[in-house]
Amino acid sequence: MIKERFDAIVVGAGPSGNAAAYTMAKEGLKVLQLERGEYPGSKNVQGAILYANALEKIIPDFREDAPLERHIIEQRLWTMDDASHVGMHYRSEDFNEEKPNRYTIIRAQFDKWFSRKVREAGVTLLCETTVTQLLRDTNGKIIGVRTDRGGGTAFADVVILGEGVNGLVGQRSGLRPELNPDSVALAVKEMHFLPREVIESRFNLKGNEGVVIEAMGTITAGMTGTGFLYTNQESISVGIGCIVSDFADNGTSPYALLEALKNHPSIKPLLANSECKEYAAHLIPEGGYYSIPELYGDGWLVVGDAGQFVNAVHREGSNLAMTTGRIAGETVVWLKRRRDEMSKANLAEYKRRLDETFVMKDLRKYKKIPDFLHGNKQVFGLYPKLFTDAAQTWFRVDGTDKRTKENEIFKSFRKGRTLPGLIGDAFKLARAWR
Amino acid sequence: MHIVVCMKQVPDSAQIRVHPVTNTIMRQGVPTIINPYDLFALEEAMRLRDRFGGEVTVLTMGPPMAEDSLRKALTFGADRAVLLTDRFFAGSDTLATSYALAGALAKIGEEFGKPSIVFTGKQTIDGDTAQVGPGIAKRLRLNQLTYVARIAELDLAAEEITVERRAEGGVQVLSTRLPVLVTMLEGTNEMRRGTLEDAFRAARTQVVTWSAADAGITDLTKCGLRGSPTIVKKVFAPSARAEKAHQIPTADLSFEALAEAVMGEIFARQPAIEGDLMRFSSGQ
Repeated sequence: MIKERFDAIVVGAGPSGNAAAYTMAKEGLKVLQLERGEYPGSKNVQGAILYANALEKIIPDFREDAPLERHIIEQRLWTMDDASHVGMHYRSEDFNEEKPNRYTIIRAQFDKWFSRKVREAGVTLLCETTVTQLLRDTNGKIIGVRTDRGGGTAFADVVILGEGVNGLVGQRSGLRPELNPDSVALAVKEMHFLPREVIESRFNLKGNEGVVIEAMGTITAGMTGTGFLYTNQESISVGIGCIVSDFADNGTSPYALLEALKNHPSIKPLLANSECKEYAAHLIPEGGYYSIPELYGDGWLVVGDAGQFVNAVHREGSNLAMTTGRIAGETVVWLKRRRDEMSKANLAEYKRRLDETFVMKDLRKYKKIPDFLHGNKQVFGLYPKLFTDAAQTWFRVDGTDKRTKENEIFKSFRKGRTLPGLIGDAFKLARAWR
Repeated sequence: MHIVVCMKQVPDSAQIRVHPVTNTIMRQGVPTIINPYDLFALEEAMRLRDRFGGEVTVLTMGPPMAEDSLRKALTFGADRAVLLTDRFFAGSDTLATSYALAGALAKIGEEFGKPSIVFTGKQTIDGDTAQVGPGIAKRLRLNQLTYVARIAELDLAAEEITVERRAEGGVQVLSTRLPVLVTMLEGTNEMRRGTLEDAFRAARTQVVTWSAADAGITDLTKCGLRGSPTIVKKVFAPSARAEKAHQIPTADLSFEALAEAVMGEIFARQPAIEGDLMRFSSGQ
């Protein structure tokens, strides 16, 4: 047993746990952080895009030494069928700003950097140490953790669970239900090595400019999900993910989808002559607002993926993780200063503060989207096909007059989905989006 | 009893890649590990400490990032870590490395008590020479026991150690007097998992960091590239041979004919072997 007492124990050294630990240690709290991986980042998988704003609020001058790959100047949104894609691209010189807004990063490197900052702030970090159980006093208040190491208990006023999507500690301790396969996506990705110059010429970039492609359509074989391709300095991250229950129903394997995506005629040339350096898979909580578990209780708080804080529509997660971690940390510091107990009633302040941020506002705004996407698979199969077919009809010059072409396109939509179906879908989407 | 374990941070050879264009080893992004053979040395050292009392110090020479390996050793349960780091050591071969480590070991003896046993792994996975351990022993005039499979006995009062050494054709049982340098074979033990207290100590212990001057190493001409007579002329990935293996159909052949055919093929390609064999078989 460790006799020393801590102000807070943080479980996990990902973006949310690091944000919480850093915020508290900076304010002089005595923080113990436990990470089951060999080093911070060794267990973590993300595309990955870093949204600068959330990190700036924790480490304002992070750009000075954080390992950043490319800042994003161009966003491509693609709707794909088996042979083609219809795309919306937005590229702007405005993104070449002094303090860029979004970056591609490689998480193994980024998390190491973040963790170094956390340790420099005074946090005691123990790696390869898995929390197996939360310890309670006779009133049921969480007072510490048990680990898988010999003699392995440690005590603190509050335990912050930034343990990631699976939430095993919370689950084992009865703080949350088991993950629902409908509200979690399984994503796989590969890193493809390419020389810097090749990436720059292939994507029309200079210096550290970067491109992001987000894609949906027949690439997910009718399942709810999306694919992506991000440019790093000397590699390309390419991946695809779908809802777990869809994989189960469909019988398709994630790597088969990824293989098909890499061989899609719109993607294949972008990866030509590259060498696959690594592959990884991870779960993403995509259930949205309704899947958020209890976030606080007597002596505990939940942050990041463990709290299902992912905005699946906008592909945002790490910024929600950092923000919830920061606010959890700030709440604990605030209570500590007031010499208040870490009771459920007092820790409710965390939720109150979260409600005022984009995190809860966005998740509340899109609360019906997960259900809509899950129940309307035409979004991922039929519509992309209709859009790409329409584009082909429209752009192919073959002697057919334009009015006939227009009619053909309308007919294809009516035939594909019927008029009431089209109107219904538009109505449902608008309602879910609101 | 004071035991020092010399270890090395090495690139994880399972994850090394060769650049597809330039054919050179890509070190960037390759994770580093403690040389796996050194872990057997460390565990053996800790077992002796647990049995006889005392302290285990881990020592490494390397760039500042080698501190990660030392911290890991502390997490396993070592008591103290010393990092010998200086730009003068860059480019050291086994001769210069054993010079520097011997200097640091002498300094460790002055500062923390003279070691009774110095452990190393049998060799490193990047250099594969197995020269540094014996080099240290020679420089410090320690008795040396290499390729040790088991510590059979340690008598501190009599200052005697008995080990089993794996050798070609069998096991040698050797005894010698302390202080001694032991190089451990792989598979001789299994690294323990440190306790939570070990993890705490590792997270909080300051690694003792010495420059050449701090370690009292004064003759810099014997250090680093200057002190290294070994020259790496070229590093390359062997390319597949253009020549395919020659297959001899065996179905219709008797044993004698098969042996005949194989020997014929070998002699045709390596005529010198035929002559040697003939001389050997005629007893000359």
